[in-house]
Amino acid sequence: MTPKTLNIEAPALDFGEHWEYAPAPEGTKVEIAARYGAFINGEFVKGHGRKRLTTVNPATEETLSEVLIANPKDIDDAVAAARAALPKWKRLKPQERAKYLFRIARRIQERARELAVLETLDNGKPIKESRDVDIPEAAKHFFYHAGWADKLDYVFPGRKARPVGVCAQIIPWNFPFLMAAWKIAPAIACGNTVVLKPAETTPLTALRLAEIFQEVGLPPGVVNIVPGDGTTGAALAAHPGCQKLAFTGSTAVGKELARVNAGTSKRLTLELGGKSPHIIFNDASLDAAVEGVVQGIFFNQGHVCCAGSRLFVQEDVLPEVQQLLRARLHNLRVGDPLDKNTDLGAINSASQLATIQHYLKLGVAEGASLQQIKTKLPKKGYWCAPTWFEGVQPAHVIAREEIFGPVLAVMSFRTPEEALTRANNTPYGLAAGIWSDKGARIFDIAAKLKAGVVWCNTYNRFDATSPFGGYKQSGFGREGGRHGLLPYLELS
Amino acid sequence: MNPSKSDHERAVDPVALEQRAASFCTRSLKKETKAQGLRLVVAMTDLTTLEGSDSPEKVRSLCRKALCPDPSIPNLPQVAAVCVYPKWVGLAKECVGDSGVRVASVASAFPSGQVALETKLADVREAVAQGADEIDMVLQRGAFLSGNHQEVEDEIHAIKEACESAHLKVILETGELGSMDAIARASHLAMNAGADFIKTSTGKIQPAATMPVTLLMLEAIRSHYLAGGGMIGMKPAGGIRAAKEALHYLVMVKETLGNAWMTPEWFRFGASSLLNDVLRQLQRLESGRYAAQYDVTET
Repeated sequence: MTPKTLNIEAPALDFGEHWEYAPAPEGTKVEIAARYGAFINGEFVKGHGRKRLTTVNPATEETLSEVLIANPKDIDDAVAAARAALPKWKRLKPQERAKYLFRIARRIQERARELAVLETLDNGKPIKESRDVDIPEAAKHFFYHAGWADKLDYVFPGRKARPVGVCAQIIPWNFPFLMAAWKIAPAIACGNTVVLKPAETTPLTALRLAEIFQEVGLPPGVVNIVPGDGTTGAALAAHPGCQKLAFTGSTAVGKELARVNAGTSKRLTLELGGKSPHIIFNDASLDAAVEGVVQGIFFNQGHVCCAGSRLFVQEDVLPEVQQLLRARLHNLRVGDPLDKNTDLGAINSASQLATIQHYLKLGVAEGASLQQIKTKLPKKGYWCAPTWFEGVQPAHVIAREEIFGPVLAVMSFRTPEEALTRANNTPYGLAAGIWSDKGARIFDIAAKLKAGVVWCNTYNRFDATSPFGGYKQSGFGREGGRHGLLPYLELS
Repeated sequence: MNPSKSDHERAVDPVALEQRAASFCTRSLKKETKAQGLRLVVAMTDLTTLEGSDSPEKVRSLCRKALCPDPSIPNLPQVAAVCVYPKWVGLAKECVGDSGVRVASVASAFPSGQVALETKLADVREAVAQGADEIDMVLQRGAFLSGNHQEVEDEIHAIKEACESAHLKVILETGELGSMDAIARASHLAMNAGADFIKTSTGKIQPAATMPVTLLMLEAIRSHYLAGGGMIGMKPAGGIRAAKEALHYLVMVKETLGNAWMTPEWFRFGASSLLNDVLRQLQRLESGRYAAQYDVTET
């Protein structure tokens, strides 16, 4: 194939402000209490903790609510409630357990609009995503696992399945409601009881989910929700009353949790960071590939553990891909997350924004070429324009460390072997994307990529029926599908 | 490699096209954006009648509607063109006069194209002689599908010559091409052979224009342009009936090709019933109530 020479003088496309979209804000008003405590034993309680955290709307920096930082005593209460609820819950007829999950799923659907708006307020993600992805996917997880509740004896033929016990679950701030669903649904479907700690910056939707548990009459203690900060998480993770710990978050914290629980019989699953590669071969549909890459890194402001943050493009199509990427990125709309036309919302917190900005500076210092689209960012709130680096070398820090923001590192390769070597040369192994029109090549490369999920000619596709999880420092254990039940079952 | 030609063959992903096309439909267009967009749709319309039963009276009323689509709506532009059979070009030209509304004519044995080249050329020359500003020709699907691309290209060249100064739109009739790959190939072939516009359909075959197919053709235009081949116009035709749908098409053009294509010079809607739905929406924006079917004129 002859390399395509692009005419450098070729006029670029102009995406100016002609026919600008008028604001289209989502109208639903959502009530938020001034203060929240914890949800323990079926009741909202004030909690023993004296300290409170303020959760803010990252798009405006306005305080949304003050929320309890649960202290070790609160954790004791929650674990005790979960332990007390366990015998009845695990002996409940499986069909009855399933009914609760179905009810929860239905109630999530009924309150979808309210949950989506609240999620966007607390997290900063565009309403388009909370409305079309987070909330519907969360409902799907409850529906899907409701179906498993009475079939557990047939999941692993010849083996008897029993619940593990009390599960401690700690979730991150990037998909606050969806991660709560990912964690709670399989646990309670399998007959376990739960103590869940939502993230420090995004506790509101998990507490709304607690309201739903009350509405559907879930027996007290089956799910307990304890908001808080790192100290709360540490107390819960180390609590001897739990038989299982599930954590989604950063690799650093994941390692610490593994250390704390080493030598105990507690089961552990970790879903950690990533630096997932996209590989675009020269025979790919470049329009589709560029769209996939854009969705892969700019979805949820890049706050996605499996974000495709490293892009490897075959040398001879690199100029064309860069041209298409630039054109596509100029159409990304950054701003008010509640506007239905917003593609990129706010960065979740000031500290995350500082982390991202640190990497942007570092990338420039390392010699990569920083590219950003011109866009008016709001004055208040935490914002980062969609960014990509050209001229990145695999040895650059920005090509190795997880940035967890809307930042893409563009690199090239010449042969498929080189692409594979470069793609696998990372401490992580969560996801990967292959873009090629050639079936044989896709199967060959997919089998050799060290990643928990390999998407081919698509990216960021999720389904409750499909397992998700990582290799290497991206963690262990799977969520979703049949594999996702294993961490919550004792097989004999 | 000649930089003016985008003759490279890129793979096409139909699944991705459908997803991307659907994403444009989630854009929420309100207030001023909607009003401006609807007016733009009017200005981009090729108001069309292509029936065996077309009469002089029908052509006259079509032209009148083209010049002044709705007197009750302030600042309403006239449509881009009227599109008729060659027989009616003279009359249409007389009706629109020097208003700026162009007269387009389907020629080259529309809609099937199943006649000898000489006959097609005569058809085209006749329409041009009558004063047609634009010629909508049909791609010869028989030769194209049999793999005889050279014949198709030569035919477009010959017709382009016969058009003289008239603009040439090449109708691919995407509903007969069988695959997205074939549509991409036909788009590049037509652009390289001299088309000023590429157009989806005759309106006589189902499916006619769809968003994924139009997106594919817009992407072909984009790659032709970025490779230095210059601007080519786009005309989806047939099947677009609702104002809201037309606005989604505009979003797609805006976010795929950008500002330069957001004018009647580079983008057209081939439609007959769309205009009335757009007018009813504009009336609603004016009056605040939904317009009845009888609030707009039928031609």
